[in-house]
Amino acid sequence: MSHKTIIPIGPYHPLQEEPEFFQLHVEGEKVVGLDIVLGYNHRGIEKLSESKHFDQATFLIERICGICSTSHPFAYVNAVEDLAKIEVPERALYIRTVIAELERVHSHLLWLGLAGHFIGYNTVWMWAWKYREPVLDVMEKITGNRQNYAMMKVGGARRDIEDEDIPEIIKMADDLLPPLDMFKGAVIDDPVIHARLKGVGVLTKEDIHNFGALGPTARASGVAIDVRRDNPYGAYDRVEWDVITQEEGDVFAKAVVRILEMYESVKIIKQCFEKMPKGPIDANVKEIPPGEGIGHAEAPRGEVFHYVRSDGTNRPVRHKVRAPSYMNVPTNKVAVVGETVSDATIILAAVDPCYCCTERVAVVDRKTDKKIMNGSDLIRLSQEKTERIRKEMGVK
Amino acid sequence: MNPQKEIKEKFSNKIIEFEERAPRRIYIEVKPEDIPEIAKFAFQDVGCRIVTASGRDTPDAIEILYHFSHDASGRMITLRTLIRDKDNPQIDSIAPIIKGAEWIEREIWELLGVNFKGHPNLKRLLLADDWPEGKYPLRQDS
Repeated sequence: MSHKTIIPIGPYHPLQEEPEFFQLHVEGEKVVGLDIVLGYNHRGIEKLSESKHFDQATFLIERICGICSTSHPFAYVNAVEDLAKIEVPERALYIRTVIAELERVHSHLLWLGLAGHFIGYNTVWMWAWKYREPVLDVMEKITGNRQNYAMMKVGGARRDIEDEDIPEIIKMADDLLPPLDMFKGAVIDDPVIHARLKGVGVLTKEDIHNFGALGPTARASGVAIDVRRDNPYGAYDRVEWDVITQEEGDVFAKAVVRILEMYESVKIIKQCFEKMPKGPIDANVKEIPPGEGIGHAEAPRGEVFHYVRSDGTNRPVRHKVRAPSYMNVPTNKVAVVGETVSDATIILAAVDPCYCCTERVAVVDRKTDKKIMNGSDLIRLSQEKTERIRKEMGVK
Repeated sequence: MNPQKEIKEKFSNKIIEFEERAPRRIYIEVKPEDIPEIAKFAFQDVGCRIVTASGRDTPDAIEILYHFSHDASGRMITLRTLIRDKDNPQIDSIAPIIKGAEWIEREIWELLGVNFKGHPNLKRLLLADDWPEGKYPLRQDS
């Protein structure tokens, strides 16, 4: 008679960036079942949005997720612009697209590093995160921040990209190509990585449809869906680029899709700068009429969806947010069951899960990328710091 | 390729309101009891992708919008339904037909209090274990 063992991964596990409780049910070395328990990071953002006015909501939405901090506000402003039939100035469409593609690149590089680390390729990890830095530097130059850019605004872009910064951005994009070639070679040509990742964590086309899976997770199974092409927004229908797919649906295929997508991002960014016209970047929207709107955007993880309903006041009466990981994480029920325990972590990581998005999560330690505290912990730390300063200054 | 026309023709007698709010934004209102059949048709026959469902509390009813995407034509097709019994709101689950709807319905259940009959696993997804029973955060009186 075989014994069933339960191996928990989480809620706080060294290989997971954010709290999440995966319960793997195993018999011997084989995974026979999976339970996913979320909820540790629920912040009530949809409810909070109802107490913000439409412009404030952009800042709230941006903080749903550090690594999708462009995609959520992009989808949100698309939704409000759908609702109010706002025409966004052309220059703003290009600016939005550049920011979104820069984010895609640094997000995929982050994932590549983590995936490398998860399978013991720490050199890949170090180099992926090294080549990520110039992208973040450029973001900081354009927007003032490495994460949370505050570039999206209902009706346009909040800030322009200055002409004198553009050559540096283009150079940075060009300089990404040799490292991308290196990563492509490192992953696609390495027999050990083949042995490790091929045939592992497979999702079929039917799985993708049943779960509503998205992004590279779907495209790696040959399901060619990409919001940028299917329902274009920003400047995606004004530039040439390809939707990247693979056929096998395994972890290897998901890695290949992400690597090849970065080349397309570089293509898009450069074309945006070639085509971007001079002109206004803001439609100066004053009022949002009653109505409802849907906006979506292709985040690095897949489609981000926002629905906004207005009653003509200056706040949304309903703001529904659905992040891609919400649809992708449940696919693990089929992807990891039947596999061995030693592959479980890389399979779980292969959908590039962002629990942030799935649960609207709060505090992440930037150095370790681990979620380490909730709201009440933060308040306590702040209070303790005040006490220390008081003591140092000898103030009562 | 006109997915909304396919739905409109097949269920013409069940459609309360059909609105093309924008070229790629279609909203179709139906009764709660007709949702499973029409959702199944959209998902299995028309080949739409399940995007999500959004619930909303209004004075007269709880409104649920089932958002589908027809990726090939870049259209969002939203099925709207109003559940008028706010004391005991319920609707048949579509999770047995669409696996991706499991978490979506659990979320609406715990945040709005709508019972999804036939859901395979209706338990809390996001709310803390010590969140009080019967208190639904997205209700207007919350």
